[in-house]
Amino acid sequence: METALGGIRVLELCSMVAGPFCTKVMADMGAEVLKVERPGIGDEARRRGPFPGDSPHPERSGLFLYLNTNKLGITLDYTTAKGSGILKEMVKGYDVIVEDNPPGALTRLGLGYEQLSELNPGLIMTSITPFGQTGPYRDYKAYPLNSIHSSGEGYVTPSGTPFRDRPPVKLGGFAGEYEVGIYSALGTLVALYFTSCTGLGQHIDVSKQEALTISCLFDHLPYTMVGMTVSRLMPRIPETGVVPCKDGHIMCVSLEQTFWQRIKRLMGEPEWTQSDWYQDQDSRREHAPEVRRRLEEWASTRTKKELHEGALKEGVALSPFLTPWEILQSELLRSRGFFTEIEYPQLGKVTCITAPYHFSRTSWRCERAAPMLGEHNEDIYCGRLGYTREELAKLAELEVV
Amino acid sequence: MEALANVRYLEFGEMIVGPWAGLMLALFGAEVIKIESGFRLDMTRRAGVTAQGGRVAAYIPGQPIPEGMITDTPVFNWVNLNKKGITLNLGKPEGVELAKRLIAISDVMVETYRPGVMDRLGLGYADAAKLKPDIIYVSSSAVGYYSTGLEAKQLGYGPLFRALGGLGYLTGYPDGPPGEGLGRDDVLDGTMISIAVLMALLYRQKTGCGQFIDFSAREGISFLIGDSFMEPVLNNRDPVRQANRDEVMAPHNCYRCLDDGMDRWISIAIGTEDEWSAFCEAIGSPEWTKDDRFRNGSGRWQNQEELDRLIEAWTINHSDREAMEILQRAGVAAVPSFSIDELWSDPHLAERGIFDVVDHPVLGAQPLIKSPCRLSVTPPNIVTHGTMLGEYNEWAYEELLGLSRQELSDLVEKGVIY
Repeated sequence: METALGGIRVLELCSMVAGPFCTKVMADMGAEVLKVERPGIGDEARRRGPFPGDSPHPERSGLFLYLNTNKLGITLDYTTAKGSGILKEMVKGYDVIVEDNPPGALTRLGLGYEQLSELNPGLIMTSITPFGQTGPYRDYKAYPLNSIHSSGEGYVTPSGTPFRDRPPVKLGGFAGEYEVGIYSALGTLVALYFTSCTGLGQHIDVSKQEALTISCLFDHLPYTMVGMTVSRLMPRIPETGVVPCKDGHIMCVSLEQTFWQRIKRLMGEPEWTQSDWYQDQDSRREHAPEVRRRLEEWASTRTKKELHEGALKEGVALSPFLTPWEILQSELLRSRGFFTEIEYPQLGKVTCITAPYHFSRTSWRCERAAPMLGEHNEDIYCGRLGYTREELAKLAELEVV
Repeated sequence: MEALANVRYLEFGEMIVGPWAGLMLALFGAEVIKIESGFRLDMTRRAGVTAQGGRVAAYIPGQPIPEGMITDTPVFNWVNLNKKGITLNLGKPEGVELAKRLIAISDVMVETYRPGVMDRLGLGYADAAKLKPDIIYVSSSAVGYYSTGLEAKQLGYGPLFRALGGLGYLTGYPDGPPGEGLGRDDVLDGTMISIAVLMALLYRQKTGCGQFIDFSAREGISFLIGDSFMEPVLNNRDPVRQANRDEVMAPHNCYRCLDDGMDRWISIAIGTEDEWSAFCEAIGSPEWTKDDRFRNGSGRWQNQEELDRLIEAWTINHSDREAMEILQRAGVAAVPSFSIDELWSDPHLAERGIFDVVDHPVLGAQPLIKSPCRLSVTPPNIVTHGTMLGEYNEWAYEELLGLSRQELSDLVEKGVIY
């Protein structure tokens, strides 16, 4: 099948989520991604769940398998002299390296962008770090939790919370790391386009803090406009927002007057919506506690599904908060090809999501499941780099591979 | 040098998702022509968006813009930097004809109207591909172009995508409501569209072929939690909201610091035994490493509530920055939960040069944040302020399409170019 990125070769020197998601985006659309893991240990994600039956096993991590589908995998300790030599040999055959080592770490190994671009002038290197390659915090440590909080996103989450004594929180799951992966892919793809026109490579410095803060557009604007610092303790739109219902919660977006005209119909034109004050934004807001109470009363006897269907019919900006399990039940998403079944040797058939962009010519496809640790050592070292099996065994003995 | 200098991109649609996609590429030199109409003024041209929801200026779609109304706002400015804005009324057949002439000379077009609107105008993918066979055409909507049934009527607002996409359910305190978001989801959907466009451009470089891309904003949010679908699939149960907690690491939370008028917090995460000993040492509690409750990772995880209480007794006596300095010096991952004002006065970000200011003829100096994609040879650049309504009409209609000055003013007169 034709793919958008067929022929592009990417070397991944990353672990956990941000870097591996950046290369996954490309692998899913046809790039050949070779993941390099540390011998014996592998990607940290292998030790993260979910595991089937909650029983940890490095080849059965749901997180690892999802993020590394469609990639090849080898083991290589490039911190050894022998290992860094092998990586240098490989660089000529790759268009892109995506790495998440601390700033300067690769340079000390002779594997920095300056050094590798001498071997391959068209090389693109994308470096993902918590605070970027320069600046006073460049050597500071940050786990995904710290990165979300470094960006301003944590401080405003959960927005409008009534729990004044509780700490700000991160985005759910690894969403922050995925965001970093998206911006890293964006930079890498821009560079690839430039290379396709000019043959020139370049280095890309992605700071997680910067990638995460740019999306706080609507928190930055009140500050740059009027000097206001947004906090999660500030009330959002007081009369609506998140509303509890019979089996969960719904979200209402009541920015426009049409919301109030239409939800009134959806509620069956109850008497309180006939009051004069209901008809106008300012006076309605003066009655915010009553509006909120009435909405909650109405929603409390209805399910997410009922409310959503009614809202779709009336054109009301209201949606249920769906759980991952509920999303997986969606017939619509299934019919759109948002789900796919992937056969993992370790797990059997597993339903995974594909991508939000559906290309007419070069669609998302599964070429292979995620690699087991060192699965493609022989293919790459012997098949591509010309090592004999004996030499490969020797490298394994030295713990380079 | 500009990486995307030879890409001409037409932008149809309003609000954030589509315009943000165009912005991401305009910052790298793509020529983004933004098509607007005074008869259908972009919501972000009339709303002073703040965290509280803001006010929307009085304006009646289909009517001319009221005399004296300012149609530039800080949010519109930011999301439409480097673009060339033109006005074109697609409600008139001549307007559609002009749009077709623009499509014929463009590489990419992105539209974010409700599915079917562009087809009815004669500007759908099939029509566009007749005019420009290798066009890359993105239709973005709440649930996607190829959606049918009742759900296809889904309205397209970012907070609804967060709810439908599952990210809302996973964000917040376990015993609190799910987390809403403001704007962030639109921005991320926009960025995803920009990467789809780039992948299609790379394919076109190789094969000469364009294609159609169906983008679903709701699926975009699920894309940010892709691994969270593994729990129901593998173990037939849902993951849960867990505030700041981690599945294996502890401590892993935010701790209250000295108040400076705003509440201040520091995030601390400890992943290794070395970090744990260094942490205990740095805060002057080396005895914790010998405490039975905290001796190893699983003990710390089991007893994390107690541990959190003990840690906060230390952080509460330090400012967030002070705590960061002390702990980072010891090799511990500790970063304040920065508020926006702290970021704008942060020495690291200042030295990194992420802040910029663009002069806007109506709004004055507008502070901004640069693109986080720092390419060494073709860096992102802010060249011009957010485009003003119809600012590039003469350029587009006279220079690009070869209309005479007279033809242009006739079309303005007839409300085609408005």
